[in-house]
Amino acid sequence: MKMGNIPDHVVFKYLRKNKKFPHIFCPGCGHGIILGALIRAIDNLKVDKNKIVMVSGIGCSSRAPVYSDFSSFHTLHGRALAFATGVKLANPELNVIVITGDGDASAIGGNHFIHACRRNIDITTLVLNNNIYGMTGGQYSPTTPVGGIASTAPFGNIEKPFDICELANGAGASFVARGTAFNVTAMIKIIEQAIVKKGFSVVEAVSQCHTAFGRRNKMKSPVEMMKWQRDSAVDIRAWDKLPEEKRTGKFKIGVLADHEYPEYTHEYQKIIDRAQGKGKEVKK
Amino acid sequence: MANKERKMLLQGNEACALGALDAGCRFFAGYPITPSTEIAEKLSEELPKVGGRFIQMEDELGSICACIGASAMGRKSLTSTSGPGFSLMQEGIGYACCTEMPVVIVNVMRGGPSTGLPTAPAQGDVQQARYGSHGDHEIIVLSASTVAECYHQTVRAFNLAEKYRTPVIMLIDEVVAHMRQNVVLPDAKDLEIIDRKHPQVHPDWYHPYDNENQVPVLADFGEGYRYHVTGLIHDENGYPTTVTEEVTAFIMRINRKISENVDDICRIEYLGSARPDVLVVAYGSVMLTAQEAILKVKEKHKLNVGLVRIDTLWPFPDQLLDKLIDKVKKTCKKIVIAEMNFGQVYREIERINRGRLPLDAYFQVNGELIQPDAIYKKITGVKK
Ligand SMILES: Cc1ncc(C[n+]2csc(CCOP(=O)(O)OP(=O)(O)O)c2C)c(N)n1
Ligand code: SF4
Repeated sequence: MKMGNIPDHVVFKYLRKNKKFPHIFCPGCGHGIILGALIRAIDNLKVDKNKIVMVSGIGCSSRAPVYSDFSSFHTLHGRALAFATGVKLANPELNVIVITGDGDASAIGGNHFIHACRRNIDITTLVLNNNIYGMTGGQYSPTTPVGGIASTAPFGNIEKPFDICELANGAGASFVARGTAFNVTAMIKIIEQAIVKKGFSVVEAVSQCHTAFGRRNKMKSPVEMMKWQRDSAVDIRAWDKLPEEKRTGKFKIGVLADHEYPEYTHEYQKIIDRAQGKGKEVKK
Repeated sequence: MANKERKMLLQGNEACALGALDAGCRFFAGYPITPSTEIAEKLSEELPKVGGRFIQMEDELGSICACIGASAMGRKSLTSTSGPGFSLMQEGIGYACCTEMPVVIVNVMRGGPSTGLPTAPAQGDVQQARYGSHGDHEIIVLSASTVAECYHQTVRAFNLAEKYRTPVIMLIDEVVAHMRQNVVLPDAKDLEIIDRKHPQVHPDWYHPYDNENQVPVLADFGEGYRYHVTGLIHDENGYPTTVTEEVTAFIMRINRKISENVDDICRIEYLGSARPDVLVVAYGSVMLTAQEAILKVKEKHKLNVGLVRIDTLWPFPDQLLDKLIDKVKKTCKKIVIAEMNFGQVYREIERINRGRLPLDAYFQVNGELIQPDAIYKKITGVKK
């Protein structure tokens, strides 16, 4: 069914019917594009809406779940993964998807992030990385590049940024990938793979925040920021052939790690079985 | 029905764990901390046997968050901690209040501030339990002074959490937590257990945070009702709002659901003489000391002593104590309050007393249990 002039109605199937729009995203923000990619991935996989729980922390990125027609949990700054761990462990049947920002996941929530990776609990985590604290107006985050200007780094950032994917891989996540809001078709595929993967999956979704980051860093418009994404993102296959000196200022995209590690809720079920001398759940 | 009462030698912490299990707790997340760790240890062993889940999180804020997540899936959840961990949990406690997610927190009070005295008793968290998380909200806090009470109050904590969809805090102290006593636990089947209500309406008609209900009827996630939960002030559908009328309706409701039900929530226990000359107020392990002191008073003096045990610390049992003071004020010469802090309950009594009876107090903050003699002297006025 085609709805008037609306070119793509897939997303509309997944927007809340009774939610007051408009949404809070600035026009041109990358977060909406990534939410769109997530919804298309879910639609492609035909996951039952009722079996999805979306969990987010606090930040512009973390506002995505409120618009989507799933059970959604907008939690505390940095704590989305702790909530999500409780959700998944309490009911392993559910598909748990976490939406978080670079600040949410790697600053205030950094500890939960590495431990969720280490536990390898079957949760799909999208880190919407715009290299800045968008919601609070542009303070530097753990992924702001050295020299980047932020409202709290008026003379340029001096802190070495995290590589979220390397962090996730090093901490034990079983699936790690990166995509950009610019290359949205690739992003949809990556998210699909991440959802299907049994284990902790991290997708770093490079997003643009022209409002709080771009304007301070010589990329005034969303278009300029997306051009930056286009010119800086290098597919993993091409990356390996790229000489070291040409990698400066660029980053790799695609599936960066795919391991088979024991999954947490699966392992916990074995504990239940052992404690019960096999047995099923005893409901009170 | 065959009587399956259980005779056991237990410590307070173990009794909390067993109370939780019998109340239907099927999820625990926590982080080790003395003097509460035995609760986690016990449940790591017992929960999988009944199909429950246990997880040791990376910190206490993560623990309460995981519990709230599990609670939204319909699992009754518990976390336990002590001082420093309780401080870390405060943001999560406020979130549970705002989103109306039942969860029970056992805080075994140790000496403070900061890392303080990890293995020593104190009662320094009474006001923190009430006001520790930011913003105006009501909170339910229970206490226990014996091992048996640890069990029964934990069951009650779960019942109140489910009934009012709110976090409930159990405040016990190190002595009660580690003291071993012989107890007879009831057959779990004989307990009155309250479970949260589930929606009956079609999902299209469902308003999770409908202000028409004092306590919202929230579906478990995955049940087919897709709704939004947020710590932002929200409207009847759970969506963020700043509309003054909606904000007012929400704030008033989450406060009133507790403050208008104090008759159900608040409990004190009155022991001793109906016409007391002196009234003693205590809670937690100080109750045991006070009882010992009163025995000595009886031996040596012709004084009638009444003893009040505060079982519900918050909402503070204003009405019950107000009535009690009115009842005893003819004979009673003074009220003695003994606690292991510098007057956190004293100032509540002072507020309720409104000058009707003289107050006297024994405060001790040095890691030692209050000795019976200290209370004896306060009751009798004997100097040494
Ligand atoms: C405990 C706590 N500290 C600080 C804040 C304020 N705060 C809200 S959002 C945010 C930053 C969000 O940045 P990020 O996660 O990168 O998301 P973005 O807004 O850029 O999408 C901060 C610091 C808060 N809500 N809670
Ligand atoms: S401030 Fe930045 S991150 Fe936030 S909505 Fe606007 S563009 Fe997006």
